[in-house]
Amino acid sequence: MKRRILTIIVLIGSVATFAQTTGHLSGNFQLDAQLYRTDSLIGAPKVDEKLLSNSYANFRYDFGKFSAGLRYEGYLNTLQGIDPKYDGVGVPYLFADYQTEDLGFTVGSFYEQFGSGLLLRSWEDKNLGVDNSINGVRVRSTPIKGIRITGLIGKQRQYFSLGKGLVRAFDGEISLNELIKSWNEKTTRLTLGGSFVSKYQKDEDPVYKLPENVGGWAPRIQLNRGGFSLSGEYARKVNDPSADNNFIYKPGEAMLLNASYSVNRLGINVTAKRVDNMSYRSDRAENLNKLLINYLPAISKNQIYSLMNIYPYSSQSKGEMGIQAELSYQLKRGSKIGGKYGTQVSLNFSAANSIVKNAINDTTPIGANGTLGYSSPFFKVGKDVYFRDLNIEISRKFSPKFKAILMGQHLKYNQLVMEGKGGMVKASVAVADLTWKPTDEQALRVELQGLWTKQDKGNWAMILAEYSISPHWFFAITDQWNYGNSDVGKRVHYIYGSIAYVRNANRIQFSSGKQREGILCVGGVCRNVPAMNGLTVSITSSF
Amino acid sequence: MKVIILVSCMLMSVAGFSQGKLPSVRVQEMNGKWIQSDKLSTPGKPLIVSFWATWCKPCVKELTAISDNLEEWQKETGVQLVAVSIDDSRSSSKVAPFVSGRGWDFKVVLDANGDLKRALNVINVPHTFLYDAEGNLVWQHTSYAEGDEAELYRKIKELTKK
Repeated sequence: MKRRILTIIVLIGSVATFAQTTGHLSGNFQLDAQLYRTDSLIGAPKVDEKLLSNSYANFRYDFGKFSAGLRYEGYLNTLQGIDPKYDGVGVPYLFADYQTEDLGFTVGSFYEQFGSGLLLRSWEDKNLGVDNSINGVRVRSTPIKGIRITGLIGKQRQYFSLGKGLVRAFDGEISLNELIKSWNEKTTRLTLGGSFVSKYQKDEDPVYKLPENVGGWAPRIQLNRGGFSLSGEYARKVNDPSADNNFIYKPGEAMLLNASYSVNRLGINVTAKRVDNMSYRSDRAENLNKLLINYLPAISKNQIYSLMNIYPYSSQSKGEMGIQAELSYQLKRGSKIGGKYGTQVSLNFSAANSIVKNAINDTTPIGANGTLGYSSPFFKVGKDVYFRDLNIEISRKFSPKFKAILMGQHLKYNQLVMEGKGGMVKASVAVADLTWKPTDEQALRVELQGLWTKQDKGNWAMILAEYSISPHWFFAITDQWNYGNSDVGKRVHYIYGSIAYVRNANRIQFSSGKQREGILCVGGVCRNVPAMNGLTVSITSSF
Repeated sequence: MKVIILVSCMLMSVAGFSQGKLPSVRVQEMNGKWIQSDKLSTPGKPLIVSFWATWCKPCVKELTAISDNLEEWQKETGVQLVAVSIDDSRSSSKVAPFVSGRGWDFKVVLDANGDLKRALNVINVPHTFLYDAEGNLVWQHTSYAEGDEAELYRKIKELTKK
């Protein structure tokens, strides 16, 4: 397979040479290297190698409708917090691609998402150590204007090789406005879609008779009219006993509904979600971020400020019901409360609970392996609170030289469900983010943050000062202080400084100091980042 | 294996560089309509393509700064702006209300699968590209510091002076 792709790349390259036409070579480079110091107080472990590094380089060649590319990855050795099974170097990503508006095919590695991803999404995020790219063949076609179909077959990436299971998938989408001529210019837009995915993995289990082919399907709809938008997707898969669900034979399902309204200066969005036994992997024995076929988005706000990220929500594939509502509003510029330069207000609420699980009969405990597991009424919300987050953000520009963002948050976080330890954490967080711009090029930004809780590690305070000189320099220093820790010896100041230099699309950053243990999340996927004390160098470059 | 890669890379580079154009991959308009990314530019006008996400503070600052100046820049240079959101399905449905809730009046497209992001080798957001009136990539920049929009405007002015 690899050889064949390389041949294609070479072929394209040489065709380009002989034809004396010019294609385009581009790419990027990323290096993160860390020098570790053991720090038993904050829990930074001893690293035998002392220095670890992850590096990536993409090269891509575009030539008309063709493109081909590869990615080098080096884990020498793998950074703390990312699975050490990556240790080594290789070229795990190679592809060749031909795309026109009505036909396209890809051979090699690719990323794909059907609908909102409830049934299929292959994606990568280097910070999370996620890469479930599919290696195989993909065909995309638009046989008639308004109808799009995608078919693919392949195996998913696992470290530097491929997982055991085979993934076959098909997706179709009809845009009625493009299909029906008289609807072309209508302001109401309706799109219908559906996907079917099947995975195959041999049954080698000595105890259970496991399904080798596990299929799933997902219809979806999107309706737009003026500023209104409604969308929904429902996904269901047949029984799929796995390590995730304790080998129960219950089918899985997930639903995501969204409604939003946007007019000038106002936006409202409401999302609802239900998930029941919907982990879907191409290897039933795997766990964490490995070999996931689908993606269950967390529907809470992706918080940015550090102390708001101590307790982040992550999706619960075993079962959850949740809702989120958000309102953004821009006060009129020049009005009395809006101010001369404008004021922005955002209000956000999210909640997630368990689902109801009833025993299937009097003798079988709920979730017992080898059984149907449990039954769950679709519309009934479970009584266990997983997460609550109510937050408000006000940002205002007072003058061309001074801007402020104020934010308040109250949250409940079921640490036992999320992390498998502790209990319910209730916390309040306040943030003031102030920017002063004395000249056109220079800015000083100060963040003051506080987190108050009686549970877990207690109260935190944080100060950040960042000074930037456009267009090249950033200097920052942060102190996160766990002043409320019930263990007086652990009331640590996590002091961290960094310097970055940026030129065009190149950036180099040096940082040094202590970083607390934490959970890094993107979407519904999180990884635990261990505490660190040391020096970090990061280089990114796009060309 | 490694030799083949080297040779193929060499061959590709011999084939010559042209200045990059906007690649042609699928992105989605906020009303759900798919379009090819090379159709985002208006012929004869310079184009700013800015990658961002609703959860990225520096991105929002950069777009707000560009947005505040856009009307004036457009009068002077005819420049167009397209903001490419890389929000995934956790937050992509929030993009439209987020944009209108800030009174942003420029084109925003969704790249939830990251096709355009990968085609343009974006690592982190914000990442901003500038194309000239003929559609050639002339400049790109990553991260945002207060005042960076002045450098962007200088680059746009250089284009229109030619």
